[in-house]
Amino acid sequence: MSYRQAKWIEPTIFEMSRSGAVGVDFPEIDEELQRELKEALEEIPEGLRRRELSLPELSELEVVRHFTRLSQMNFSISTGMYPLGSCTMKYNPVMNEELAVDEKILNVHPLQPVETVQGCLEIMWRLEQVLKEITGMSRFSLQPAAGAHGEFLGCLIIRAYHRDKRLHNKNIMIVPDSAHGTNPASATMAGYEVKVVKSDKDGCVDINQLEKMVDEKIAGVMLTNPNTLGVFEKNIDKIVDIIHGVDGLLYYDGANLNALLGKVRPGDMGFDIVHLNLHKTFSTPHGGGGPGSGPVGVVDKLVDYLPSPLVNYDESRKIFYLDYDRPKAVGKIKMFYGNFNVLVKAYAYLLRMGGEGLRKVAEISVLSSNYLLYKVKRLKGVSLPFAPEAPRKHEFVVSLSKIYKETGVTAKDIAKRLLDYGFHAPTVYFPLIVDEAFMIEPTESESKKELDNFFNVLSRVIEEAYSNPEKVKSAPHNTSVARIDEVKASHPKTMTPSWRVYVKRGSKL
Amino acid sequence: MVSRHPLIGLTDEEISNMLLEMGLKSIHELFEDVPPKLFMHGELGFSKPLTESEVKQAVKEILLKNEVLGEVKLFMGGGVWPHFIPSVVKEVLRRSELLTSYTPYQPETSQGILQALFEYQSLMAELLDVEVVNASMYDWATALGESFRMAKRITRKNKILYPHYISCERLEVAKTYSESSSIILQEYSQNKVDGSVDLEDLKNKIDKDVAAVYIEYPSYLGFIQTNIREVGEITHDYGSLFIIGVDPTILGIFESPGKLGADIVVGEGQPLGIPMSFGGPLLGIMGCRMDSQLIHQLPGRLIGLTETTRGERAYTMILQAREQHIKREKATSNICTNQTLCAVAVAVYLSLLGKNGIIELGKQILSRTRYLINRLSRIDNVQAPLFKAVHFKEFTYRVKNKKAGYILTELYKKKILAGINIDNFYRDLPEAILTCVTEIHSKSDLDMYAESLREVVEE
Repeated sequence: MSYRQAKWIEPTIFEMSRSGAVGVDFPEIDEELQRELKEALEEIPEGLRRRELSLPELSELEVVRHFTRLSQMNFSISTGMYPLGSCTMKYNPVMNEELAVDEKILNVHPLQPVETVQGCLEIMWRLEQVLKEITGMSRFSLQPAAGAHGEFLGCLIIRAYHRDKRLHNKNIMIVPDSAHGTNPASATMAGYEVKVVKSDKDGCVDINQLEKMVDEKIAGVMLTNPNTLGVFEKNIDKIVDIIHGVDGLLYYDGANLNALLGKVRPGDMGFDIVHLNLHKTFSTPHGGGGPGSGPVGVVDKLVDYLPSPLVNYDESRKIFYLDYDRPKAVGKIKMFYGNFNVLVKAYAYLLRMGGEGLRKVAEISVLSSNYLLYKVKRLKGVSLPFAPEAPRKHEFVVSLSKIYKETGVTAKDIAKRLLDYGFHAPTVYFPLIVDEAFMIEPTESESKKELDNFFNVLSRVIEEAYSNPEKVKSAPHNTSVARIDEVKASHPKTMTPSWRVYVKRGSKL
Repeated sequence: MVSRHPLIGLTDEEISNMLLEMGLKSIHELFEDVPPKLFMHGELGFSKPLTESEVKQAVKEILLKNEVLGEVKLFMGGGVWPHFIPSVVKEVLRRSELLTSYTPYQPETSQGILQALFEYQSLMAELLDVEVVNASMYDWATALGESFRMAKRITRKNKILYPHYISCERLEVAKTYSESSSIILQEYSQNKVDGSVDLEDLKNKIDKDVAAVYIEYPSYLGFIQTNIREVGEITHDYGSLFIIGVDPTILGIFESPGKLGADIVVGEGQPLGIPMSFGGPLLGIMGCRMDSQLIHQLPGRLIGLTETTRGERAYTMILQAREQHIKREKATSNICTNQTLCAVAVAVYLSLLGKNGIIELGKQILSRTRYLINRLSRIDNVQAPLFKAVHFKEFTYRVKNKKAGYILTELYKKKILAGINIDNFYRDLPEAILTCVTEIHSKSDLDMYAESLREVVEE
């Protein structure tokens, strides 16, 4: 159980600068081009010429070494288990990366004539067909670059639909108290007032409260199911009836669909709009924070409102094309057609798994999660709030509040201490309805041995919390750096968002 | 049901042992809380599981139907531009420690991505001449939309002025972002001869309700407006914010947005080391002056340099209280996942180029652009460029008595993707073509373009 993350004393790229060093070469500018250059430069008004520029200067090797060292100081799925709840850190097949650097992807301009991009369009079209089948939706837009981007689009579609139906007073979006932060933020961005519905004792939407909240002003509800506690909303039928009863729409936050793949479809549950995170459920890498992809699917009655263009197939001409002739479409939310490179990786993953494989993903991710829960909830100081007997799905949330009360060690401290043993920490303090929340999602990628290792380490850390709390509170000890002073980092007097701010302050932190 | 699959962690034996330990008969018991009628009938039918080599073959077969740069000469820009990408950039992006990590919520174990992002922010801040650049937005267009919303929050005014020759698609996205915030967008005129801003028109339209004035640099059509500084001064006279949208490849040669008076800068990072990839992923640049009001309303992640509790230098996400996971419906934006890896690509690219490389890149593009403009302008019946101004990377032209669509089709027959047909983009630019020249185009490429166009025109 010993682990030590790489630690380089690596200066910033600015401190490495050596005047005159170059890391890249350019073709020669011949005499004729020199003349053009001279004349062009003379034509630029004096006030528009740049006089100062302080970028660092390095050789190619220095750049390679610098970024290689930085990468070594970064925990990743390739490094170890990443049970970060709600983030679905499953294995990202290396095969996809090889495919995605194909010149036939990288060197395509989005505005090329349609007959020269048939490959791209066909991949988008085929991916859409698969996503439709998985979710039970009628059509998808692949435009959103991320889950939250998809949520924003979904909310805009709800607005467009209600406007079209002349239901102008629908200005409230309901969001559960267990929802992801992006849900209320997206609804607000789309112009809605957000009202929060509480969770009941089982961790599900409180139906009684929902019924009382609902009136003709309700535009819809944004739900995650299984919700962020990992619990399946058993009253989904009732929720659907209540919301549809006032002409509201149901938005499915499918950022994380792992548990239901090939088993239950959002469309069959009664949802009208779904977004998926291809960088979670469909294995495209998260890249340290992006790029992702958050396609949005809708039922029949909402297809007209999806943003243009959609990819269609013209049977007579045997050609895929981009359809812009869609008068009711909401406005574009991004340049061009989406993060195409990510779409290719997701499509390759879907082929690799096939329908059967996806169902297996659902079952194994749920089994692995419940297996860990079965063991973890028996640990000293750990409790399972909400519906203790109900199985969880792909993830579960335990509370460490008893440990905190008995030892002063917080969920954050335990999370930091796990880093010392070569595991990424679970998500902490989310969902907000659980005290000292600890949200674990093992995914289908890990072996039993690794699940057991994780459990053993967690159990050891909790023992440490009782026997040697200072060790846990001062963790981590084995990572590239020790615990960070978050207050100082964001304090107005010491905040340093760029190198030039640091230098201007006299190179002091 | 597949029993063994390389992407599934558990063996059948492990599954049995785990079920046994939990006292379960089958995995299905873990789904018993789901109402039975919700279960799908049968399997998803889209495909059987394919092997790695079968998947590769299947995907490559489809991709073969693309015709790409390298097989054709490509002179298209308009939001995504063909540029040379050094191998080092690609190599760093393939480092799976960076590729397969999540948002750095545990900074102590994620210093690599954090430092790389801090360096991206810092390098971009130098290039733009502002103090603060966020860790990325999705693309220029969404950064623009967010900048309008940001300007409204700061000034509590709701009108934004934008230039006539704006990118239509970028404008559409910005409108989508603005509409739901009740922001009113209004166009100001540009001089038809040299593209500069019509200052009289701007003065007529700017008033106390204007939150911000936006300008593109260079303009979408490749020309540089000579009076950009005056536009900023007029904007500030009215207490409005000045937003400059920039293609950063101009910034080795042309004055920085910071020195031109920008309060907020947006732009597209794709030209700095990110492939075209059929239009995505891209990189939305977004930055601002170090002003407490601005920085607290800036959307997106910010990485800061700080210290550990033991006094060592370290990096972490800062000002998270602006973001959705803390502020929920009161957040500055809903953005969570951004374009991190693209920002890392730009950090590597800018580190390789350095000061001299960025200046050299500018010279390469500036000289080649002018060379092609001159070559085309010497062809009878070709009007190039359509604006009397310095052009960078892109320019417009038109052929008398021939439709833009016809010209582009004929040039494609000669294996040249010669530009974008912008005929229906602006009322006053019928049958115009927008062409793009970068450092990837050799002089013989440019000569070939000119010769081919001459042949088409003279046919």
